[in-house]
Amino acid sequence: MSIGKNITRVDAELKVTGEAKYTADLVPGNALVGKVVRSTIANGVVKSFNLEAALQVPGVIKIVTCFEVPDCQYPTAGHPWSVEASHQDIADRKLLNTRVRTYGDDIAAIIAENDVAAERGAREIQVEYEIYEPILSTKEAMTPGVVDIHKEFPGNVIKNTEFRVGERSYEEIKEAEEDAVEVEATYRTQAVQHCHIETPISYAYMENDRIVIVSSTQIPHIVRRVVGQALDIPWGKIRVIKPYIGGGFGNKQDVLYEPLNAYLTTLVGGRPVKMEISREETLACTRTRHAIEMQTKALVRKDGRLIARQFAAYSNQGAYASHAHAIVANSANEFKQIYNDAEGMQAQCFTVYTNMPTGGAMRGYGIPQGAFASECQADDIAYKLQMDPLEYRLMNCVKEGYEDPHTHIKFRTNGIRACIDKGRREFGWDEKREKYKKQTGTVRRGVGMAIFCYKTGVYPISLETASCRMVLNQDGSLQMQMGATEIGQGADTAFTQMASETTGITEDKIHIVTAQDTDITPFDTGAYASRQSYVSGKAVKKTGELLVKKILKYAAAMVGMEREQLRLVNNEIVDKNSKELVLPLETVATTAFYSLEHSKHITAEATSQCRDNTFASGVCFAEVEVDIGVGKIEILNILNVHDSGTLINPKLAEAQVHGGMSMGLGYALGEELLFNQETGKPLNDNLLDYKLPTSMDTPDLQVGFIELSDETGPYGNKALGEPPAIPVAPAIRNAVLHATDVAIDSLPLAPQKLICEFRKHGLIQ
Amino acid sequence: MYDFESFYKVETVDEAIEALEKQDEAIVISGGSDVLVKIREGKLAGCSLISIHNIPELKGIRLLEDGTISIGAAQTFYEVTNNELVRRYIPILGNAVDQAGGPQLRKVGTIGGNICNGATSADSASTLFILNAQLVLKSKKGVHTIPINEFYLGPGKTIREHNELLTEIRIPRKDYEQFYGHYIKYGKRKAMEIATLGCACGVRLSPDKRKVEEVRLSYGVAAPTPIRCGSIEAWACGKELKKDFVELFGKKALEEVNPRSSWRASKEFRLQLVEELAKRALIQAVTYAGGEIDA
Repeated sequence: MSIGKNITRVDAELKVTGEAKYTADLVPGNALVGKVVRSTIANGVVKSFNLEAALQVPGVIKIVTCFEVPDCQYPTAGHPWSVEASHQDIADRKLLNTRVRTYGDDIAAIIAENDVAAERGAREIQVEYEIYEPILSTKEAMTPGVVDIHKEFPGNVIKNTEFRVGERSYEEIKEAEEDAVEVEATYRTQAVQHCHIETPISYAYMENDRIVIVSSTQIPHIVRRVVGQALDIPWGKIRVIKPYIGGGFGNKQDVLYEPLNAYLTTLVGGRPVKMEISREETLACTRTRHAIEMQTKALVRKDGRLIARQFAAYSNQGAYASHAHAIVANSANEFKQIYNDAEGMQAQCFTVYTNMPTGGAMRGYGIPQGAFASECQADDIAYKLQMDPLEYRLMNCVKEGYEDPHTHIKFRTNGIRACIDKGRREFGWDEKREKYKKQTGTVRRGVGMAIFCYKTGVYPISLETASCRMVLNQDGSLQMQMGATEIGQGADTAFTQMASETTGITEDKIHIVTAQDTDITPFDTGAYASRQSYVSGKAVKKTGELLVKKILKYAAAMVGMEREQLRLVNNEIVDKNSKELVLPLETVATTAFYSLEHSKHITAEATSQCRDNTFASGVCFAEVEVDIGVGKIEILNILNVHDSGTLINPKLAEAQVHGGMSMGLGYALGEELLFNQETGKPLNDNLLDYKLPTSMDTPDLQVGFIELSDETGPYGNKALGEPPAIPVAPAIRNAVLHATDVAIDSLPLAPQKLICEFRKHGLIQ
Repeated sequence: MYDFESFYKVETVDEAIEALEKQDEAIVISGGSDVLVKIREGKLAGCSLISIHNIPELKGIRLLEDGTISIGAAQTFYEVTNNELVRRYIPILGNAVDQAGGPQLRKVGTIGGNICNGATSADSASTLFILNAQLVLKSKKGVHTIPINEFYLGPGKTIREHNELLTEIRIPRKDYEQFYGHYIKYGKRKAMEIATLGCACGVRLSPDKRKVEEVRLSYGVAAPTPIRCGSIEAWACGKELKKDFVELFGKKALEEVNPRSSWRASKEFRLQLVEELAKRALIQAVTYAGGEIDA
C-alpha cells in the first residue's frame, strides 16, 4: 500500500545534486537570443519605428515590429479549448501590438547573437507614439468618455455578471429585518506576482516544416494549441516539450512568449532562438494576481446569526483579458459558499480593462481575494457584536452537505468545523483570545483566524480530461507517462504512489517520465486549479486497473488459471485466496516480451473525463505582535489546518502547506506591485523593492490536517495545491484588529499604511 | 551576461590610479555589488571597468600606534563584522554592516565601495558618521584625508575625484574610546533590504552613568546624504538620563532632518521613524554604556 506513505520525492536526488535538466540547461549552443522590445508608454498607439541605429549594432540579426506580425488575435489563458465559440477565451492580442495597452507592452522583437547585442539593439530603437492618458484603476476605466483600451470592448468592461441566492433582494431583506445590525465595508486587494524561482524561458527551432518549442510551462498541450492559433498554422505542426520547471504558481498557466518565440525561429530559417524573460520583465510584463475592490454589506441578528450579504466586486484586469472574468467570478463564489445566509445573498462582478499589467491565474484563482472580503467581514461583524469570531464562524459557516445552487458542486466531506476545533485546541485560541483582550502600550499582541473553502477542479465550468500511459518493461518495472505536469508541487511523486497503490507494483519499479512532449505524451490540459491529484489521479487509477487486468490475463494463460483467481501484490502474481506466490511479475513480463508462442508488449492507456468536483476547506490561526511606533507586525505563531481528504504523501502535503503559507504571508504583509500613477511605469519590478518575504521574515509554519476520505477523489483525496495560500492574509489582518482595535481593509499590511492608520485612530500621537 | 566594454584588473593602488588617469570614463569595481546592478539596469551599460578586487594594500584592519583603527577600503562587510579589533572597539560598525543585503552580498561587498557609491542608504554611513571616520584618498598628487561628513555631496555624488582611490577608513581613538553606539536599520523586511531609514546613535556617559557627556546622532535616508544632527548633540550634552530626555530627544531629532516623499516611503512615514528610531537607538546606546533611563 502506497497511499499515505512519506516516500521521498522521486526527483529529490536529481534536484538536490543539480542533475535535473531545466530549459536553460538544454538550450543548444548555436541558439540566437530573442528579446522583446517594450513600450515606454502605458496607453497609446505605435506610429513608427526608426530601426537604423539598432540594425547597426554588431550582433543584431533581425528586428521585427508590430507592423509585420501575422494579423491574428489569440487568447492566452491556459484553459481547455471550447468547441463552442461562446465559451472560448477572449482573443485580444497579437504577437506584437501596435495598440499599446500597458507600460512595457510587446511592440517589437530583436533577434541577436547574444544578450548584450540584443540589449544594445533595443536601446537604440526609436519609437514614435500617439500617447493617451494612462488608465490605471477600474474606476477611471469605467468613466464615460474614456478611451477604449480594446475596440471590441467599448467602455472597457469585459464582463458584468450578477447572481442571487434566496427569494428577496438584500434591500428587501433589510427592510423586513428591523432589528438587524448592518456592517458595511470595502475591502481591497493588491496586484502581486508569483515570483517562481525560474523565470519564463523557452527556445524554439524548426525540424523540417514543424516548430519545436521547449518551454518552462505548466500547460504544454495548451501551448501547442495557442501557438497554432497565434501563428495560424495547423496544431499538429507544433511540438512542445516541457522539461523540469522551477515553479509556476499560475503564471505559467498562461501562454506567455512561446508563440512569439515560435514565430522568431521561422524568421531565421528555423535556427534555435532562446527567449529568457528577465526577473524585471517577469514582475512587470507577464501576469499578476488581480487587484480587486470588493464593496460589501451584511445583516446580522444580535445573536450573531447571519441574515444576508451583498457583494460588489471590481476586478482590475489590466491590459489583456487572459483569464479575465473567471477570477472575480471565483471571488464571488467563495464569498457565497463559505457562509450560510439565513435569508440570502447577492453579488455583482465587473472585470475591467485598464493599462495595468495583465492579471492572470495565480494560486487560489480569485479565492484569496474573495476570502479576504468574507473573512474581514466576518471579523468586523463579530467585533461589532462583541462576539468571539470563532463562535461566529461556527454558527454561520458552510454546512455539511452544502451544494452550490449555481454550479451544483457539493461539499461531499466537510471538515471545516473539525479543522476549526483542531486549530482552536492546538493553537490555544481561547486562552490567547482572553489573554490579549485589552492590550495597551506601544507593543500589542492579538490573535485572528480565517476560514475558506475551495472547489478542487474546474468542472462543470470547463472540461476536465486527463490521460495516462503505462508501459511494462522486461523486468516487471514500468514507465508511466502523464499528460499532467510536475511543476515542483510533487505531482510525479503523488502519481507514482497512486500507480503503486492501484497496480501492486512497488514505487521503486515505477519510472515516471517527468518531461511532457506533445508528440508523445498523452493528452492532459496541465497543472492548474488543484486538479491534478484529483482529476489526473483518476486517469492513473483507470490506467493502472487496465494494466493489471492485462498482466493477470497473460499470467493466467501462462499457468492455466482464471484471471479472476489472481492478484498482483508487491511485484508478485499471487493466488487471490491462498495469497501464495504463483509467478513473479518479472517472469510474466519477460515471457510476454520474448515468448515464441505469444509475444505481447503489455501496455495500457486511458483517458479519464472527470465529471465531478468537491470542496476542500481549512482554517488559519495567527498570533501577532504589533510594534505600533514603527508599524511592524511580527508573526509569533501561525497554524493552518486543512481538510483536503486523504493525504497521498503527508510529508509532501505539509511542504505544500508551508509554501502556500509563505505566499500568504507575503500577500498579507508586504508584496505589492507599484506603478507611477502618472505614467503607469512600474516602480518596483525587482526583488529588492518588491517585498517578497525572506527566510528571515518567515516564522515556523505549523500545519495540521483533518483526513476525511472523499468518495469522489480517486484515493479519497481532494484539493491541496492552492488552499494553503488562501486564509493567511485575512487571519493576520484579523489578529491585528484584535491587537489594536484597528480594522485595516486593504492589503498589504505594510508599515507605512499601518503608521497612517494608527495615527488616524490615535494610537500614535 | 553583463554589458561592459572592457575589464582591466590592477594589482596595486598605484596601478589603479595610473589606470584611472588614462581612462576618463572608467568605473572602479571592487566587490561589484553596486556596479553590476547599475550595469544590469542599463545605467552603466557599455562601461569600462577597472577592478581593484583583492589588492593586498586595500585589505586588513589594523590598530595604529596612536590607537587609530585603520580599515582597508576593500574589506568586505563580512570581514569587518568578524574582525577582532572591530568587535572589541567598534562593535557598532560590525553590527551595522552585518545588516547589508544577505550573506552572499556581505561576502563580496566592501566597506569602501559602500561609501564611494554615495548612497544615503549605505548601511555603513550613519555609523561611520558618529564615529567621526576619516577617509584616506590617494591620487597622483598624493594622499589626503577628509572627515566623512564632508565626503557626501548629493545622491550618488561624493567629493572623490575620478582619479582618486579611497584606500582606508580611519577611526581615531578619541572618537571610539568610552563611546557606545547602536545602529538601527529600518527595512520593510529582515534581510535583502535597502534602508527606509538608518539611525545611529552613540553616547559617552558621565562616570556615575547618570548623565550624558556626549551624544552623537546620525541618519541615512533622512536627507539626500547621510547627516549628523549637530544641534541635538549640543543640546543633549550634560542632560540627565530621564524619560523626558528621551522623549525630547526624539522630538528634537525631527528638527534636523529633511526626508522626502518617494514611492518607497512618504515623508510622514519617515518622520515617524526618525523620532522613534532616535529614541530606540539612544536607549540601546545608553544600555551598552552601562547606563539606564530613569535609574
